[in-house]
Amino acid sequence: MPATPTSTSAAALPVEFRGVGRAFPTASGDRPVLRGIDLVVEAGEILAILGPSGCGKSTLLRIAGGLDRPTSGWVTIAGSPVGDYDARSAIGFQEPRLLPWRTVAQNVALGLPRGTARAAGRAHVARLLELVGLAEFAEHRPREISGGMAQRTSLARALARSPHVLLLDEPFGALDALTRLRMQDLLLEIHAAEPTTVLLVTHDVDEALQLADRIVVLGTEPGPDGAASTDAAPGAGIRQTVVVPGTRPRDRGSAELAELRGRLLDGLGIDRHGAARGIQATSTIPAFPY
Amino acid sequence: MTADASRGGARTSTDPGAGRTGAEDGPAGVTSVDRQSNAPVADGGLAVAVAGPLGVSGIDRREASGRRSGGAGSAGPAGASAVSTRRRLADRRWFRIAGGALLPLGLLVAWQLASTSGAVPVSMLPSPEMVWTAGVDLAERGLLGLYVAISTQRVFIGFAVGAALGLVVGAVVGLSKLGDLLLSPTLGAIRAVPSLAWVPLLILWLKIGEESKVVLIAIGAFFPVYTVVAAALRHVDRQLLEAGRAFGLRGVRLLSVVQLPAAVPSVVSALRLALAQSWLFLVAAELIASSMGLGFLLVDSGNNGRIDRIFLAIILLAVLGKLSDAVVGLFERWAVRKWA
Ligand SMILES: Nc1ncnc2c1ncn2[C@@H]1O[C@H](COP(=O)(O)OP(=O)(O)OP(=O)(O)O)[C@@H](O)[C@H]1O
Ligand SMILES: [Mg+2]
Repeated sequence: MPATPTSTSAAALPVEFRGVGRAFPTASGDRPVLRGIDLVVEAGEILAILGPSGCGKSTLLRIAGGLDRPTSGWVTIAGSPVGDYDARSAIGFQEPRLLPWRTVAQNVALGLPRGTARAAGRAHVARLLELVGLAEFAEHRPREISGGMAQRTSLARALARSPHVLLLDEPFGALDALTRLRMQDLLLEIHAAEPTTVLLVTHDVDEALQLADRIVVLGTEPGPDGAASTDAAPGAGIRQTVVVPGTRPRDRGSAELAELRGRLLDGLGIDRHGAARGIQATSTIPAFPY
Repeated sequence: MTADASRGGARTSTDPGAGRTGAEDGPAGVTSVDRQSNAPVADGGLAVAVAGPLGVSGIDRREASGRRSGGAGSAGPAGASAVSTRRRLADRRWFRIAGGALLPLGLLVAWQLASTSGAVPVSMLPSPEMVWTAGVDLAERGLLGLYVAISTQRVFIGFAVGAALGLVVGAVVGLSKLGDLLLSPTLGAIRAVPSLAWVPLLILWLKIGEESKVVLIAIGAFFPVYTVVAAALRHVDRQLLEAGRAFGLRGVRLLSVVQLPAAVPSVVSALRLALAQSWLFLVAAELIASSMGLGFLLVDSGNNGRIDRIFLAIILLAVLGKLSDAVVGLFERWAVRKWA
């Protein structure tokens, strides 16, 4: 197993959402984004969150990490409420958010838990950079690396924390197909070596099927024309929960998964031939109606 | 803030840069106002120093960093070699120094020709030689060194005090909402007072000693630093701040790991600006009430019709302003390379 834990291994912890809602104040009154989210994520589970752009996936993840607070309901990790910037979780943001004046290695080191011994920390960072394929770029500045490399740096920074709960917001979004597959495998290796609860936001149905134990689809209730509408007021809830069968690593081409993929795409408002209500969708990555 | 998936991959690292450019624009406006209010006294002598931090360095720096990241690894193919040598030539220190000296040397020659040809009467335009002789004469009497030393000392003390206060107050206003709420309206009003308006008050309170001059210079150095530091700290990229907090940084550690480094480049350019302001305010202070210093030399020579000494004083101010600016400029380059 390539991913041997090099720092104090943290136990995976369960996350529970109860009646979670979030509304953002606007000039014309509060605009609900999330509504009535009830969800229990088991310790060590990998949960994928799918949903159209702007439905509140990042918002949900931020609430889970204590970066934002719900306007209704509550979230707990292992039964105790999530605090502000909860130290039990680590987040890989949708954007890399690297400190431009620090090197790649120093940015990853920012993720190390507080009180990590210097030498151990350095070794851990080197190991993580090796894993995400950035060992040669350890001394580069963020502006000297590509967008995909920055995203991998950000992933390494979140991993450096050895968190009880790992929150990943489209961590592979900016990667080419091959690197994306490699990083997905890497995530699974790390998860196997150092179990942690993972909440993974993604746009990619296949990625969700490949990685997750369970998939939740967020979205608003279908409008009168049967379409999931993101600009209608009520806010997004869980529209669909799918338990992915089989054990990882999964065969990317299996018939069972193909059937599930169809159901998920349906749930996202896309018909099985890849057409999103008249909009031509490319391959299996769904194009969402805005 | 739109959380658009396609923009998610866009590099956040460029954001703070953009924010900083905005912050730099603020004080630039501020100085030009101040400068205008002082224009009759000091514009001639300090034009060089003021132009440094405002115009040239900003552009310079952006170009330089672009060159560094873009051009560094791409040497090689024969077709590109012409371009790359020319760039390298323009980057060479001696080439830059020689280029920068070209215009002053040309001016010197023109000056010499104009004053010796008799086209302009010597009472209006003394020859370079006369100015040189006036300088040697003053030096022999021990006055030149004294004037330069006292003026430089005033600038540095005033600059140090004003910039230090500007850093502290700017940090308080930029970091704490309460500080902002309590202090910034008042400071904004004080900043709006034309600098020369302080002179009579300072003279009454502090007499015509060193203090009144140093305080006036400190006022001049304070505002650019205060304004830029407050703005830079207030506008540190929220996403970076949030990332810092998410990884467990709080209070002093957040300040030292995220907020201060993010503000460093603008702080350094503010210091450069403040130094230019300090020379400006020095002359204002010395013109009005002093018995020593380059400003005094200006008034005294004006009263005695010693136009050669006026030229001498102006040239000395230009040289001193440019030298001190160059020192801070080196520091700025280093800081930008390290922190931006
Ligand atoms: N701080 C905020 N203030 C106001 N509105 C916000 C804020 N953050 C998010 N929103 C709104 O909440 C909605 C959901 O945003 P969120 O970033 O969670 O979407 P998302 O599902 O992650 O989308 P994407 O897939 O494009 O990343 C958006 O309509 C957005 O405008
Ligand atoms: Mg998002």
